[in-house]
Amino acid sequence: MRRKHALAGAATAALALVLSACGGGGGSAQQPAASASGGGAQAAFNAAITGVYNPSTKKGGTLKAAHSSDWDSLDPGDTYYGYSFNFGRFYWRTLTMYKPGPGPEGNTVVPDLAESLGEPSEDGKTWTYKLKSGLKFEDGTPITAKDVAYAVARSFDKETFPHGPSYLNELLDWPEDFKGVYKTPDVDYSSAVEATDDSTLVFHLKKPFASMDYVVQMPMTAPVPKDKDTGAKYREKVVSSGPYKFETNEIGKRFTLVRNDQWDPATDPNRPALPDRIEVQLNVNADDLDNQIIAGDIQLDIPGTGMQPAALGKVLPDPALKARTDNPTIPRLWYISVIPDTAPLDNVNCRKAVQFAADRVANQTAYGGEVAGGEIATNVMPPPIVGQEKFDLYPSADNKGDVAKAKEALAACGQPNGFSTTMAFRSDRPREKALAEAMEQALARVGIKLTLKGFPASSYFSDYAGNVDYVKSNGIGLAAHGWGSDWPDGYGFLQAIVDSRTIRDAGNYNLSVKNPEVDKLIDQASAELDEAARAKLWVEVDKKVMEDASILPVVWAKSLLMRGQGLTNIAYNEGQSMYDYVMLGVE
Amino acid sequence: MLTYIIRRLIGAFAMLVVISMVTFGIFYVVPQWAGATPEAMASRYVGRAATPETVHLVAERLGFYDPVVVQYGNFVKGIFAGAQYDYGAGVEHCPAPCFGYSFITGQPVWPDLLDRLPVTFSLAIGAAIIWVIAGVSVGVLSALRRGSFFDRLTMGTALAGVSLPIFFTGMISLVVFSYGLGWTPPGGAWTDFSANPAEWAYNLLLPWITLAFLFAATYARLTRAGMLETMGEDYIRTARAKGLRERQVVVKHGLRATLTPILTLFGIDFGLLIGGAILTETTYTLPGLGQYAILAIRTQDMPQVMGVVLVAAMFVVVASLIVDLLYAVVDPRVRLS
Amino acid sequence: MSFLDVKDLKIHFPTDDGLVKSVDGLSFGVERGKTLGIVGESGSGKSVTSQSILGLHKGGRARLSGEIWLDGEELIEASTEHVRSLRGKKMAMIFQDPLSSMHPYYTVGQQIIEAYRIHNDVSKQVARKHAIDMLGRVGIPEPAKRVDSYPHEFSGGMRQRAMIAMALSCDPELLIADEPTTALDVTVQAQILDLMRDLQREFNSALIIITHDLGVVAELSDDILVMYGGKCVEYGTAEDVFYRPEHPYTWGLLGSMPRLDREPTERLLPIKGSPPSLINVPPGCAFHPRCPYAERTGDRATTEVPALAETEGGHLVRCHMSREERRGLWENEIKPVLETQ
Repeated sequence: MRRKHALAGAATAALALVLSACGGGGGSAQQPAASASGGGAQAAFNAAITGVYNPSTKKGGTLKAAHSSDWDSLDPGDTYYGYSFNFGRFYWRTLTMYKPGPGPEGNTVVPDLAESLGEPSEDGKTWTYKLKSGLKFEDGTPITAKDVAYAVARSFDKETFPHGPSYLNELLDWPEDFKGVYKTPDVDYSSAVEATDDSTLVFHLKKPFASMDYVVQMPMTAPVPKDKDTGAKYREKVVSSGPYKFETNEIGKRFTLVRNDQWDPATDPNRPALPDRIEVQLNVNADDLDNQIIAGDIQLDIPGTGMQPAALGKVLPDPALKARTDNPTIPRLWYISVIPDTAPLDNVNCRKAVQFAADRVANQTAYGGEVAGGEIATNVMPPPIVGQEKFDLYPSADNKGDVAKAKEALAACGQPNGFSTTMAFRSDRPREKALAEAMEQALARVGIKLTLKGFPASSYFSDYAGNVDYVKSNGIGLAAHGWGSDWPDGYGFLQAIVDSRTIRDAGNYNLSVKNPEVDKLIDQASAELDEAARAKLWVEVDKKVMEDASILPVVWAKSLLMRGQGLTNIAYNEGQSMYDYVMLGVE
Repeated sequence: MLTYIIRRLIGAFAMLVVISMVTFGIFYVVPQWAGATPEAMASRYVGRAATPETVHLVAERLGFYDPVVVQYGNFVKGIFAGAQYDYGAGVEHCPAPCFGYSFITGQPVWPDLLDRLPVTFSLAIGAAIIWVIAGVSVGVLSALRRGSFFDRLTMGTALAGVSLPIFFTGMISLVVFSYGLGWTPPGGAWTDFSANPAEWAYNLLLPWITLAFLFAATYARLTRAGMLETMGEDYIRTARAKGLRERQVVVKHGLRATLTPILTLFGIDFGLLIGGAILTETTYTLPGLGQYAILAIRTQDMPQVMGVVLVAAMFVVVASLIVDLLYAVVDPRVRLS
Repeated sequence: MSFLDVKDLKIHFPTDDGLVKSVDGLSFGVERGKTLGIVGESGSGKSVTSQSILGLHKGGRARLSGEIWLDGEELIEASTEHVRSLRGKKMAMIFQDPLSSMHPYYTVGQQIIEAYRIHNDVSKQVARKHAIDMLGRVGIPEPAKRVDSYPHEFSGGMRQRAMIAMALSCDPELLIADEPTTALDVTVQAQILDLMRDLQREFNSALIIITHDLGVVAELSDDILVMYGGKCVEYGTAEDVFYRPEHPYTWGLLGSMPRLDREPTERLLPIKGSPPSLINVPPGCAFHPRCPYAERTGDRATTEVPALAETEGGHLVRCHMSREERRGLWENEIKPVLETQ
């Protein structure tokens, strides 16, 4: 669920973003990149968070990876998953990329295809990138600025590529009659993106925008040769610009990457490209995948979201296995939307009653406890977000809930004996089911009666909890939810889930925060150029949401990642929120 | 006989039509009853941050704005007449039978089904051989030694076999035999028979045994009960009175009669399995029709669901037809009409 | 020694409820070309006797003792395999219900061919010819065609003929027919009995006919053995048993004979009560609870097992009453009733 918020009208907002991200670490949980101390192959819990575990420059071998489901698409213009952005760098190169490696530097961008970061025009509406020389596709044809411009233009067609992010559709100054390179092949799109010569790429924006370097690290800028472009079928045979190319690709089953001999390491300081071969199995049974990681048959779990509950029970009590794991807090919050559309939750006091009555410890247990689930969350923004502050507006002894305060709030709401409402959760997620049950018990203490309703995850947002009509007509008051950010920044994390102006009929991720004051603060924060002041404003947004009591935070998620047997050069990258895949090697 | 077959085939076809309508209804009509708009349905097939325009384009592309009857008509037309698929950079003709293109991967469904069929077939045929041989011989021996230690042991095991789900036995055997002892390959191992028959069998060994264990249990119990009944029949006494050796009495006369009802069960079981050994394939990550069905349902990939359901239904219908025809062959008392 | 000589045969089955004495000390003999009728109600042990002659109880739960001599060979002590090799060849059996006794999934021909080839090392073609020949000899029309029919395609009488053809296919020297006509209607019964008599003459085999119906054996048998409760109660020539029967049980059987001129349910001298339990055989004379004359012998009826004693010329009777008493009863009370028509 990373990388999913839309950058609607994002010009000013993302200006803030680039500054914050460039500023790097700053605040909370980030530690300097300690390389040597964790070095060697001394297995220890969290060894790959602070430094590179088992560093190596040895080339060769086969990296065996697996995925418990499947990519949205392997096409760089049609993909929007964190693991896909991370893994894709094996076979594509973009104008810029996150700096590989551990520690806060992982949040910064460095040039990739480009010689240097982008050159903005004075008005901030034109960005120019100079490409390195010696870049080649896997077939030996040189990569030119035209190929990048074409890739950007083809990704515009959302009918053909519905999965990818639409940042560039929104930002660039596309001609009115441009419907994509397939439907309107004759329309000149140079008003949006153009190659002025073989090595110069120019973006023309509608509005000034400061964080272009972050946008162009996304795979829409991975070059696509026009004569090899087959539209929706390009995913079957992506032409590589990175150190590896496809040897086989059986959609839905497996694919294999082998070295791309046309890739010149001299043009690419960021990718060590250690393994000779990368094999990826798809749709592997998730529990079996964990067992295979433990046993060493598979070395890399592609989605990088952590082990399954079944494996946790085996790994955590075993010191030898636990020493092979890392347990980072990721920029993700598991929470409950408290929906003000449903009476009596339209009254803030009734929402506060829910906040006070909730048993945070039981909720954390539902998510698997500290290591498997995460740390108890008292506010919206998770610790890895730059400038985050922890605060608690609804404190209680031992975090078990304050029944007396809850009853006071109920009285203030005019419902002294409690009320009944419905809680939605994703029925195929056992943790959300457990959470709903914990809430049912905790709220019953103050007379709030919950009816639990499970829905399939695949249509949870489109048809049920994220569908305004459904929520209203079915009286859904609470809904289990989770959110992860694309960037470790207040905007990146909060905007999609607390800005009421993003709400539409269906497919919403903001289910409950409909407060004009919050919207106003968001605009203020987005426009603030001073990094420290801006961070403070995001904390204000967080506080306002908590006062509004429309989000009940549950845990700031941690994932338990296991380092595959025989892997070298493993580091947790903060920009990716998972191991940095392009660094990996095999023994 | 021929009229019988023709009549059955017409019935089978009608059955498939009904199944296709029901399946189509479940995935296309029921969500609309629940209030899903075309956009809400399309939003399953877009990236997470898709704009309303993207959702609208996708809904249009997938035909969600058409009346359901038209959508169903297009689906049926695709099967008989083929369809056109616009992949952006061009248009591809999808020849009949065209079950459409995946909403998620954009792959044509029919070749996918054909591609996965050998996996499921390999799994089913191997498991079937094991379970029939093991189940029937254990059942026969148990019946002949009723009340013995062997009988009690095997019938106890059979009870366990019937009760334990495959995702449990499968996972346990993987952990023990593949990751613990290293005797068998890890989950996900699959080699095509034509590429390397030995490797094919080695990779499938554990799934075969796991799947066969479940069925062998049923067959052992059934065979035992059938044998106990048959061996008390008068014609068994006659066979003995002829001076036939006991082995032949058991096999040629006893088992022959016992196997007939088992054949019915086997036909239906096998047909169902060809339609997809869902749990086994999911547990062992075998790229067969069962795994395909589960993935299709999980991602609500409607063309894939329609395709796999129809193919699976077809196998069951055909299997039951074959069983009925075979029945007339094995039991001369049965007349087809 | 006769061709078949059974001496003091005992067949006991241990069960959870106790020891079932199905046959308890039975002796008889049959010569080649002769026919013995064994008569008794169901449960009297007659079928068990015939099956144990064929060795069908060997190796099972049954406890066998005594001697069975067939053509100078003792069978109870013989190996299972040896008895099996004799079965179907030297001795064969015809069963009661030809529909359930023939395998429903094999054609009549296949079943006869199988029976023939077990004991004769011949090709299938030869065996098939033989099967057709046998079917013809037992009076099945168009045998070459019917050889490929399944049992269910035959009528009841035809099936029994086929069964007989199968039993005779290896030219057995001893043929046991266990209720061969019970399942058939009366006209067909007569045909089958005629057939058996003709075939016996032709093959010159020893024949044992087991039946609960004295009528069946009346014309066919040379000797008759009446069984009750696992024991022989009367044994003699057919003439003896029919015209000078001395045991009250035999009288009862004669009185229950179905005849063409009587309703089958109508019995002149019905036997009261039901056959004895073979686990708790009544003390003394096993027949005494049902015997109308039990009181005439006083306590002996309930305390002493009567001996099987010769009355005259090989006619054996197991009864406490004196010979004179029995003859008196027969002549004065029973015979007149049976003859009233």
